[in-house]
Order: sequence, then C-alpha cells, then structure tokens
Amino acid sequence: MLGFASAVCYLRRFSKRLCQLAIFIGALCWQALAQAFSSYWNMPRGVTPVSHGIYHLHMVAFWVGVVISSFIFLWMIWIFVRYRHSKGAIPGNVHEHMGVEIVWTVIPIILLVILAIPATKILIKIHDDEKPAMSVKVTGYQWKWNYEYLDQGIRFFSNLATSQAEINNERPPGPNYLLEVDHPLVLPVGEKIRFLITSNDVIHDWWVPDLGVKQDAIPGYVNETWTKIEKVGTYRGECAELCGTYHGFMPIVVKAVSPAAFKQWVAKQKTVSNGLTPTKPKAPAKPMTESELLTLGKTVYGKNCAVCHQTNGKGLPPTFPGLVASPIATGALEGHINIVLHGKKGTAMQAFSEQLSPSEIAAVITYERQAWGNAELNKKAGHPVLVHAADIVKKEIEESGS
Amino acid sequence: MSHAGVGHHHPKGIKRWLYTTNHKDIGTMYLVFALIMFFVAGGMSLIFRIELFRPEHVFIQPQFYNEMITMHGIIMIFGVVMPAAAGLANWMIPPMIGAPDMALPRLNNWSFWLLPFAFSIALSTMFMSGPMPDFGWTFYAPLSTTFGPKSTDFFIFTIHMLGLSSILAALNIAVTIINMRAPKMTWMKMPVFVWSWFITALILLAIMPVLAGGVTMMLMDRNFHTAFFEAAGGGDPILFQHIFWFFGHPEVYVLVVPAFGVISEIIPAFSRKKLFGYHMMVYATIIIAFLGFLVWMHHMFTTGAPIESQLFFMYSTMVIAVPTGVKLFNWMATMHKGSLSFETPMLFAIGFLVIFTIGGVTGIMCALVPSDYQYRGSYFVVAHFHYPLLSAVMAIMAAVYFWLPKWCGKMYSEAMGKWHFWLTVISVNVTFFPQHFIGLAGMPRRVPDYPLQFTDLNQVSTIGAIVMGLSQLLFLYNLIRTVKRGKEAPQRPWDGAKGLEWTLPSPMPYHTFEEAPDELHGYED
Amino acid sequence: MTDKKEKKEIPKKRKKTILYLCLGVLFMFGFAYLLVPLYSLICKQLGINGRGVNKATRLLSHMKVDTSRTIDVSFTATVHGGIGFVFKPLIKHVQVHPGEVKLIYYFAQNHTGKEVTVQAIPSITPDYTAKYFKKTQCFCFTQQYFFKGEKADMPVYFFVDPKLPKRTQAITLSYTLFDVSDRLKKNGLPSGIGRIDIG
Repeated sequence: MLGFASAVCYLRRFSKRLCQLAIFIGALCWQALAQAFSSYWNMPRGVTPVSHGIYHLHMVAFWVGVVISSFIFLWMIWIFVRYRHSKGAIPGNVHEHMGVEIVWTVIPIILLVILAIPATKILIKIHDDEKPAMSVKVTGYQWKWNYEYLDQGIRFFSNLATSQAEINNERPPGPNYLLEVDHPLVLPVGEKIRFLITSNDVIHDWWVPDLGVKQDAIPGYVNETWTKIEKVGTYRGECAELCGTYHGFMPIVVKAVSPAAFKQWVAKQKTVSNGLTPTKPKAPAKPMTESELLTLGKTVYGKNCAVCHQTNGKGLPPTFPGLVASPIATGALEGHINIVLHGKKGTAMQAFSEQLSPSEIAAVITYERQAWGNAELNKKAGHPVLVHAADIVKKEIEESGS
Repeated sequence: MSHAGVGHHHPKGIKRWLYTTNHKDIGTMYLVFALIMFFVAGGMSLIFRIELFRPEHVFIQPQFYNEMITMHGIIMIFGVVMPAAAGLANWMIPPMIGAPDMALPRLNNWSFWLLPFAFSIALSTMFMSGPMPDFGWTFYAPLSTTFGPKSTDFFIFTIHMLGLSSILAALNIAVTIINMRAPKMTWMKMPVFVWSWFITALILLAIMPVLAGGVTMMLMDRNFHTAFFEAAGGGDPILFQHIFWFFGHPEVYVLVVPAFGVISEIIPAFSRKKLFGYHMMVYATIIIAFLGFLVWMHHMFTTGAPIESQLFFMYSTMVIAVPTGVKLFNWMATMHKGSLSFETPMLFAIGFLVIFTIGGVTGIMCALVPSDYQYRGSYFVVAHFHYPLLSAVMAIMAAVYFWLPKWCGKMYSEAMGKWHFWLTVISVNVTFFPQHFIGLAGMPRRVPDYPLQFTDLNQVSTIGAIVMGLSQLLFLYNLIRTVKRGKEAPQRPWDGAKGLEWTLPSPMPYHTFEEAPDELHGYED
Repeated sequence: MTDKKEKKEIPKKRKKTILYLCLGVLFMFGFAYLLVPLYSLICKQLGINGRGVNKATRLLSHMKVDTSRTIDVSFTATVHGGIGFVFKPLIKHVQVHPGEVKLIYYFAQNHTGKEVTVQAIPSITPDYTAKYFKKTQCFCFTQQYFFKGEKADMPVYFFVDPKLPKRTQAITLSYTLFDVSDRLKKNGLPSGIGRIDIG
C-alpha cells in the first residue's frame, strides 16, 4: 500500500547520506530531549501520591505525542525527498481510500484509550474524600494568601517576602526571588490534609506543583482538595489565575515538617499568637513613642502598602493613588483611619482591621501622615500627625457598638 | 467587462471605500485592516516579551503589562485572525462558487465598517484617565465586573460591536453559499475552502450571540445592580466561565477551520493532485465543529467541577483528536505520491502542518484532567494555544501568497517570500517551544515578573519574539512592493491550481461571474 | 449595469434563508440567558457545591436514622471583603448519624459601625454531598439585618440524607457572609428592620 516497498528501495539507492544525516539529527534531538527531561525543565515528580500519578501520566502522554509527531514528520520528510516536481515525480491518482481512512481513525482511538485509562484512575484518586487528619482553609486575597488551621485555631496571612528593592532593580535578587513569604504554610508529612479553598475578592488559584494541587479560589464558594506529603521539605508555588495587578506577586510556600515538629510549631503559635486575628481589639500595655511608631510604621508600610502605593509614596496612578500630599494622608484623621480599617470596596484597598494589629495600624497611619513631606502639610492644615494604638482600639470598640 | 472597475458611477478615493458594496473591495479592506492590527497586537506582545526578558522590573509596570496582554489577546483574535479570514472569504467565496458578489452587499459594507470603530473604542481606553481593560482576554468575573476598571464598559461595547460585525459577516457568507452557487456546484462539489467557511459561519452564528448575551449580563451586573455573576446576589462567578467558554471553545474552531480550508486548497495545488479523501475532509470538519460545542468545560477543570463532568469533558475533548487526525492524515496522503514543488504558499502550508501537529499533540496532553491540573494557568497552556493559533496565522499568510497574484495581478518576490517563511517558522518555534518547558517547570501565565530559574528560557523566547516581529516587516515590504511594482502575473500562476477562480484573468476584474459559469474546472473536469 | 443589479429585489429563497438564520441568532442570544436558569437547575440536580439549593427541605416522616455509621460534619465561615463582622460557627465539628436532625449555631456580630444587611452563601464539600445535606431551617435562606454592634446566634437545622453514599465519611459546610446593603439600596429595596429570626 502506498508504494512503501518501492519507497524503501528508493531511499536505499539514492539517500544513504540523507539517512545518515537523519540519524545524526535524530540522535541530537534525542540527546536534547533527554537533557530537557532530566533537568528542571520538566514537570516536577512531586512529593505526593497524586503528583507522582500526574507525572507518570504526563510522561506517557508526552511519549505518545512524540511517537505520533515523529511518525508524521518522518513521513513528511520522506514525501519531500521522494515526490519532488523538480525530480520529475508524476502525481498518482488515488484520491479516496476507505481502508486507510479506517486505519487512521482506529489507531488514534486506540492511543487515546491507552491515555484515558490511567487518566481516569488518577482522577478518581484526586477526588478521594476519605476523612482527613486535619483541614486548612486557604483564602485568596488580592495579593496574599490567608491560611486558617480549622482544627488548631491558627489563622495568619502569608505575604510576599521579596523586597520592593529587589523587584525594582535596586538590589540583586535573592535565590528565592518571588517565591518567598513571611509566614509559610507549615504542614505535617504523612497525614492526609484537606484544603478548603475560597477567595475574598476575585478568583485566585492555589497551585503548588510539587504537591500536584491546583484549585481555583472562588469568591463566595468553597472548593475542596487534599494532599498527603511524603517528604520533609519546602515546596513553592504561585497563584495561577490572573487576579489583578500583582497576580505575579503572591507566592505560596509550604513547609512540610515531621508530625512531631508540627505539634511543636502549633504549640508555639498558640503562645506567641503570631498573626492570629484577635477577636476583640486589645490596647497594648504601654503607648509607643513617636519614633517607635515611625520605625514600626515604615516596616508595616513596606510589607503591606508599598506594592501599590510604592516605597516613595507616589503610587501608580491612576490605578493606585499616591499618598504624597493626598487628600487622605493630609486630610482629616477620621477618613484616614476609616480607609485603612475598612478598605475601599471594588478596589485593591483592603480592610486592614482584619490583617494588622491596632499598634501596626496606628504606626502605619502615623508613618503615612509624616513621610514624604506630609508632616508639614498636615501641620499647616492643623491635622494630627500622630496616632496611637489606643485611638484605633477606641474607634473599633465604638464601631462594634459595645 | 473589466471597464466596470473604472466605471462612471464608482466614486474615487475615500468614498470608494466608504460606500463600496463590492466583495473584492470589502475583502481588501478586511485584509488590510487585519494586517494593520497584526502589527498593533504584535507590537503589544513585543512590549511584554521585552519586559519578560529578565526577572525584576524592566520597563513597564505590572498594571500596564496586564493591559497589554488583554489587548494583545482581544486584537489578535477579533482584529487579526477573524477579519483576515473574513477578508479571504469575501474575496474568494464568490469567484469560487461562481457568484457575482456576496448575497447582501450593503450589509457586507456595514459588517466591515463596524470593525475600525469597535477597535477605536477599545484602543481609546489607552488615552483615558484610568486603567485600560486589564483582566486578560477571557475577562473572568468578578475581576472584570466588580473589580473592573471604568474602561470595562467601553470594552463591553467593543465586544458588542465585534459580535454584531461577525454575526452579519457570517450571515452573509452562509446565505451566499446556500443560495448563490453555480448551477452545477452541488454541495459535495464545493471547494473545501468554501465548505470550511460555511461551517465556520454556522459556528459564528451560534456562538457570537452567546458572547453578546454574556457581556450584556456583565454590563447589567456592573451598571444595573443585577447579580448574574456575584454570589452575594445569588449568582455565580463560575457561570460567567461557562457562558464565556461556551462561546470560547467553538471560537477556537472559528479561527482554525478557515485555515483548514485554505490548506485544503493549497496542498493539492502544489502537489498537483486532487485532495485526498474529499468526503472525509468535509465530514471531519463538520464533526469537529459539532464536538467543539461539547468540550467547553475543559477550560475549567480546576474550578471545582464534579468528577462526572470532568470525565465527560475529558473524553469528549480526546474524541476531537480523531477527526482532527483524519484531516491531518488526509493532507499527508494528498502530498504522498504527488508531484511537489515548494513555492512560498506551499512552504507556509507545510509550516501549518508542522505547527498544527505540535499544537494538536500538546492539546491531547491538556485534555487529560490530572495532567491538566499541572498545565492549567501555566506557560504550558500559553505555548499550547499559540501553536494552533499561529498555524492559523501561517495558513492566512499562505493564502495571501497563494491568491495575491489573482487579486492584484502581480507576482510577489519568491526569494523574499521564502526568507519570510523560514524566519517565521523558526522564530515561532524559538518563541513558543521553550514556553512548554517554562510552564512545566512551574511558571504561571500572565505574570510580569518571575522567579530566577525561568530566566534562560524566557530570554530565548523573547529573542524569538523579536525576530518574529521583525520578519513580519519583510512580509509587509514584500506585499507593498508586489502591489507597487511586482511582475505581471499570469492567469494561472500555479500550474496545479484548479477551480473557478483560476479561470478568471489576473488581476480579477471588478465584476466577475455576472452570469453563472457552466463548468466548474475542478480536478474532475 | 451593476447598479441595476443592486436594486433588484432579493430572491424569495434567499430571504427565507436569511430569516431562518436570523431566528437562529436570536435563539442563541436567548440561549445565553437560558443558560442562567439551566445552570442553577443542573447544579441543583447534581447538587454541585451546594449551589442553587439554598432552600429549606421538609423533614421526611418515613426517614430512618442510620445508626450504623457516623458522619463527621465540620463548619467554617468566611467574611467576604473584610467587612467588620465577626462570623464563626460556635462548634467546629459535629458527629451525626444519617437521618438524625441536628441544630448548630453560627455567631455573628456587627463591628462595621453602621447598620448592615448581610447574606450568607453556603457551600458544601465534597461537591457531590450537597445533594444529601439537607437544611430544614437556616439563617442563610434570608437576608439578615444587623444594628450597629448587634450580635446574634444564628441557627441551622440540618440532617444528612441516609441515601448518602457509603464511602462518604466527612462533609464540610462553609458560609461566606456578604454585605448586601449597597445592593439593596441600589435596587431600591427596603433593607428591613430587625433580623429575621428563625428557630
């Protein structure tokens, strides 16, 4: 059929050199592919049963693809060598052939079935809903993650730890550039962990390649997925759904530790209440001095505000307004506190009452009202430039009505 | 009859183009418009590829980056590939079926002239105080509704106008094909290009109203306090994705099925052999178009879909590979035992086959739900969908080289065309092939900055993109040179080309086939 | 010559084709809107994620309590958009037998400093269990009006349908609390006085 035997003959007679060339190129490609797939260029094997399954499925699909495309490309090269008009090739006159049509319908179907079987098996495993040892609620925020350990009562935000200086070329980037956070998600190995994933604003997607987990975080609805990490280590990922300006700046870091170490970590969290949201605002024992407020304010500003409003306070108008001589930062104090506490609906300005302690809020407002020459403007207009944690607590208590 | 082109009633200058109802004029306008927008959207892609040349801030802010990717996507789809394909349809369908013009010439004029205005509105947001649309071409709610910038309403209006333009164009094409074929041209004697466009037109008529409905809901959510896509009011953001992809997946076939048609004309011409398995080709296209409506949820595997729907959409997506494979193998069989020559259109057609095969293979990988969990939202997907889309672009270029002598009566420079082909096909692969690996290694798409380990391959990709951009200038120069001072083209510049359009003189007279032809001049005759 | 042609009447057959195709276009435009109820219907039938099942079910008189197994039901709560609300379940887990009716409470307190109307949207995971998780009374069925500083324990009566597949061991009920005051104001609807208490 299709003159295959005569074609082989032709190749033997005329194209020995071409054959050698093809083998050489093939070997080169093979080398390159092998190189590519042994290094970090490939999908990670990962550290969970699901990620192993996905990796193997991916490799099977990859090799099926290589076989199909190699067949097509080799056939193509063969045609280009053999049936050239310039070499006096005469067109054949077979224009329909039910036999070959059936062959190239049935063979792909077989290949697809070969792929569909393992894919279905792994998918069933992904949807396994056996009772987990613990649950973590993951909430996407514009542009940070919030983790809540439902059984341990721990809740904290996980912000990008890479500094604005590194992003803006002022300092060379560190080794984990854009893949480092202030508070990683700490999980025990060897236990089934359920994730409940949701969002506070737009759709995000929680993706850690090494865990083989990717799940959309949808505002108003909760998705469930799970993992069981096999190896102690640190695994990094990023948000995988466009969620606004700083979509590329909300990494995920999972620190997998032994169950004993995890217990220790939990105990420690309970004592230091690290990032824990207090249910009722508490005033600190001693009011901070102005310089203390400014120092803390600068740190808080760098971590929470500088992404949008920029380190120099100029913002990125029109999306992110500047704070230098702005109506908020150099206006009435009431409005300033209000926007920091409650945010602005439909924008990236969040309600920080949930995320920062009263001292931190007081510090950052103080910093914003004094930095970049705002202090002079405020003083001229007779607006206060100093805010204490007690003021914030008072306001919060007022609002809670109790 | 060629005197008609300079006839007494035809206005000259800008008025000729504003008032024209001639399918050839409108086809030219579509093609020129697509070419201009190709450089606009391509320029945008260069802006963000340069930003991605290395990690850290290079020269644009993340906000502007998001605006650029949004505009790049929307313009490439609605402003380049669709108008170019519509231009080909306008130019070639009437002569191919032996009709004097399109069925509804005045509507034809309107459907073109909606486009420049629609894109003026979209691009005018660049000069407004406030961000441009910045939510990606898929404009998922609530990023585009509650959180969308003010310019989103302009964007919605643009989509409405584009939808109207596409619906009118598709309506016109479908009516022309159904009613205006030469008496002897039965359905199964129609050129495959005409068949492909007929199927495309039907898809368009089915999906563009759905998109229009979807963006209208968006408009209402934004301005009239409804809650189609907001959980607080009883809606669901995921519903937006269902509506969008119900349009969005068949839209992929709107972009690529006309390309199938073009390739089915070019490969036989340069193989000097009739298309292999004509019937199977037509049936396969119909099946692909039909199945295209049953796979939309494969874009949403990670949204928390239940396992039953994931399995259904995985299997239905895999099934599409079968008719697509049939088409590919039939093109191969057309070339097999042919008598091949490699002029520029043929080179681009072969480029299409190669690029499309790679895109198809990664498509099967993406169909598998478990591995899709790792691919989704990563650069692997970016690489995957750029392959079939660029194969559509290459098919359009092949069509331009193939029919240009017929359109303007001049021959393009073969040497320059070959340079253009080799530079394009190599740079496309240099740009997009490494993106597969970047994605597998874990880089998400639509990020303006990335971790250090992705640097090398991103640099390769950016260099490829710059070369690709520059080599299109060669295409532009070649086109202008051909029109201005190309050599005279013979009536049938390609000795293997068959069909009614080649019985007409080069350049094609302003009015053709005012009397329907008696013979079809296909391969049988 | 050509102008004459353009003025010619469009043939009848062509008009018919145009009409049919236009009807098709209109149908598809309507179809986009049809997708909205269709989607809720499908979600309801398949019980996807608790979408579209935010309504009370009646207790089935013939329902038997299946004491042979126990389901672990967990509760979580999210306050959307960081509005100043405290919102949490008063109990994190409860063990229930299928068929057994349970009452649990969510606690809410308004810290926003003004009167607000809120709406809680439920989600039930794993997705397929929504069909079997039945609420007879719930604060989430209606909008809730809160005075400044007001706090309330809000009840949910629920049971798990004994038809729940055997493999299921755990179900999670999550609520997301939305501030809908603006939405009500914009739609010109009264925001109501006093919370609609149930149970």
